[in-house]
Amino acid sequence: MSDSSLRDDRLASRFDLLRRESRGGLVTFITAGDPDFARSCRIMKGLPGVGADLIELGMPFTDPMADGPSIQASALRALKGGQTMVSTLSMVEEFRTEDMETPVILMGYYNPIYAYGVARFLEDAKASGVDGLIVVDLPPEEDAELCMPALEAGVHFVRLVTPTTNASRLPTVLKNTTGFLYYVSITGITGTGTASNDEVKGALQFLRPHTDLPIAVGFGIKTPEQAADVARYADAAVVGSALVEKIAESERIGGDSVEAALMFVKDLSSGVRAARSGAKR
Amino acid sequence: MKNLNTYNSGPEKDGRFGIFGGRFVAETLMPLILELDEAYQAAKADPSFDLEVGRYLKHYVGRPSPLYFAERLTPHLGGAKVYFKRDELNHTGAHKINNCIGQILLAKKMGKTRIIAETGAGQHGVATATVCALFDLPCVIYMGEVDIERQQPNVFRMKMLGAEVRAVASGSRTLKDAMNEALRDWVTNVENTYYLIGTVAGPHPYPEMVRDFQSVIGEEVKGQLKDLEGSDRLPDTLVAAVGGGSNAMGLFYPFLDDINVDLIGVEAGGKGVASGKHAASLEGGRPGILHGNRTYLLQNQDGQILDAHSISAGLDYPGIGPEHAWLHDNGRAEYVSITDEEALEAFQLCSSLEGILPALEPAHALAQVIKIAPKLPSSHIIVMNMCGRGDKDIYTVAEALGVSI
Repeated sequence: MSDSSLRDDRLASRFDLLRRESRGGLVTFITAGDPDFARSCRIMKGLPGVGADLIELGMPFTDPMADGPSIQASALRALKGGQTMVSTLSMVEEFRTEDMETPVILMGYYNPIYAYGVARFLEDAKASGVDGLIVVDLPPEEDAELCMPALEAGVHFVRLVTPTTNASRLPTVLKNTTGFLYYVSITGITGTGTASNDEVKGALQFLRPHTDLPIAVGFGIKTPEQAADVARYADAAVVGSALVEKIAESERIGGDSVEAALMFVKDLSSGVRAARSGAKR
Repeated sequence: MKNLNTYNSGPEKDGRFGIFGGRFVAETLMPLILELDEAYQAAKADPSFDLEVGRYLKHYVGRPSPLYFAERLTPHLGGAKVYFKRDELNHTGAHKINNCIGQILLAKKMGKTRIIAETGAGQHGVATATVCALFDLPCVIYMGEVDIERQQPNVFRMKMLGAEVRAVASGSRTLKDAMNEALRDWVTNVENTYYLIGTVAGPHPYPEMVRDFQSVIGEEVKGQLKDLEGSDRLPDTLVAAVGGGSNAMGLFYPFLDDINVDLIGVEAGGKGVASGKHAASLEGGRPGILHGNRTYLLQNQDGQILDAHSISAGLDYPGIGPEHAWLHDNGRAEYVSITDEEALEAFQLCSSLEGILPALEPAHALAQVIKIAPKLPSSHIIVMNMCGRGDKDIYTVAEALGVSI
């Protein structure tokens, strides 16, 4: 990436800020359009105010093969409400009218992007204020599809590293990864098992010597305490299914899902921010 | 492709058939798929592996399956000479077992101790449960709730064979969702689990591997027809039903470079392609990415996958194997669709004329034969793959005919 694009690289600036504040960050995942477009926009806009450091915005897909029941259900709620790629990108555009600092990463599966058209997608995503992409079903072997065009367009391509990524494969995975590295702490789908502290620590020790990229850890982080544990060692903790589940739960009982989501993120953020006080890295 | 004048050298090393195929999977699965590819290529090059597969196909499955001249249907249609490749006579009643024998031996070789599979009609589930019983491996079969409802006999069979059948309640609750759940299981149980895919779809090397294991169908047809019709006689037309496309690929593959042999794949037209309620991915879909490969998919403008519809649970899938997508685009094979109603008529005709209850899947292929045979001369030879028996479908057929049993 060129120097000029680095200057307005929201991801790099955010991780710099976290380093200066000597704390791990909080990455929150919501599905665009869940429970509906208007409330999803309000949740997204409210996230930085309650302590989310980065936002992952899910592009809903009918067949999310790496996701557990919570995120599957949220994608279906969004699609039922008429969410499309166009409306997902317009959410980011609207978010950017109020917030020019918080990085936004679009996360999802390749088919909706492929259907939209890769070149058009990258152009529109960049123009909307998207900083990076996580596309679950595009491993390094398929880099020519979207990763290389994205990097050329100045959009980060954040890769998942998993417990099955061994030392011989790691360089392949790291090669075209930019922005940060997302460590999937369990072998499994989102929102299921939780890795132990020792497992997360061990994985970070394994990864650090191979990369200077910040490392976020996710999958199975459900409580402020767990988020704090992860943020003690990782550069950021990702919470997705548990947040999406708060939205679903609130919908079920006829509550205010915007408030429920933001209150939960506030708790997560307090946990993450307190994690390293007294325990410097 | 190494040789531009051949159709049968694919896929490329990266699993591509033209733009189709590939390895579109989560990183967690990528090392497993690479390991599988390596193990499969090694097995493919090992003559002893081939011998072992052949031994089980002969003594356990009952191969070769007969090539039968349809002696009442042919004069009834009054045109081309029609042969059935009788893969419904295999142990377990369908072609699915050919692939399961190959993959279970590979799984054993790789030291895997747990087998998972998806199933639609239940034929692949039954075949997988069967080989798992034979090789003493625990087996979990994912099956959509809708399919469980319409394929009760096969569900019971799988349970008798010792498999655990897990009902899939997500999405459209059919084969596509069963495949999603199986992939989720695999991502979760990477250490010990082998995913035994039943069709020529999924990430590389599955489309190649399943095709290779099913190619025994076409290889046998080649030899058998020469015995029956003379030493250099090839069929003029091959017809097979296509859901994911494994029985069709198995029949077509050995003939890809015999360019005078017409290949016709028959997709499930459901209530008609124009109605939107169908499973004809080639006719009614467009290229996209699902379940690890790029292929033709039923999808909306926004890339969301649409539910397929077919009276045949085995064809009820919104995608198709990538090699078929490639053969469609390069024109080597022709793909047509047959409606539920046409398939039902073919089912009844075949039962009463030939004394063979076809599964609803090959009933689609047969309906196409019924369409084209009368217009062809008696010197024209059609070979249709009778890829499964219809016993499992009698409840569905009875219901469609308004009969309660």
